Amino acid sequence: MTPAVLDLPALSQEVVEGRSGDGAVASFIGLVRDHNQGRRVSFLDYEAYEPLAVRALGRISDEVRQAWPDTRVGVHHRIGRIDIGEPSVIIVAVSPHRANAFAACRYTIERIKQIVPIWKHEHFEGGDVWLEGATADPDDESARQAAYRIACA
Amino acid sequence: MRVTVRLFARLRDLAGSGEIVRDFDGPATVHSVWRALVAEIPALEEYERTMSVAVNADYSRMSAAVSDGDEVAFLPPVSGG
Repeated sequence: MTPAVLDLPALSQEVVEGRSGDGAVASFIGLVRDHNQGRRVSFLDYEAYEPLAVRALGRISDEVRQAWPDTRVGVHHRIGRIDIGEPSVIIVAVSPHRANAFAACRYTIERIKQIVPIWKHEHFEGGDVWLEGATADPDDESARQAAYRIACA
Repeated sequence: MRVTVRLFARLRDLAGSGEIVRDFDGPATVHSVWRALVAEIPALEEYERTMSVAVNADYSRMSAAVSDGDEVAFLPPVSGG
């Protein structure tokens, strides 16, 4: 969790470090876009409950390790004001083979949207609104399985 | 006993503050802390069915006991990513 501009090459290097048995790196970048639900978005202001967000991200990393034992994942999420076109989240998954790297990367972003206490405050032309998605419940096994199914589809 | 309540996103806006310290007599649960808060700020009540709760920065349940010095957080549905 950081207010700083996100750096994908740096995160990739960190995740890949010392893993000479790996042949696949998959990454995801989430960008702030200029429209949402028919509104023209000016920028997003992200808020987090940081200690719990870090803990929830750690849990997702553990879940990845359980689901794909040969795969590791790294995540950086930015908070504060983020302008259009700038990354809000970056994910890197590394594995011996591509299938698990892609799956773990997708699983991680799905789980972030389910259980990490971060909120978007959308500022658009004519107003602002807090976006609300999922009720966070890390013990909700059906949500976890839904993320897994999407990841492996 | 003293409890620090943390509120985020729209809950924080509705309450006008992200951190509220309150004293409680006798045993308390997350639920009783929430009800006391709603009595003070009725606009929060709409979140009772959709929010999550945390005690000392760990996800918890409404039925969990709260101790002196605890930090109790009420979290609207999340929208990270």
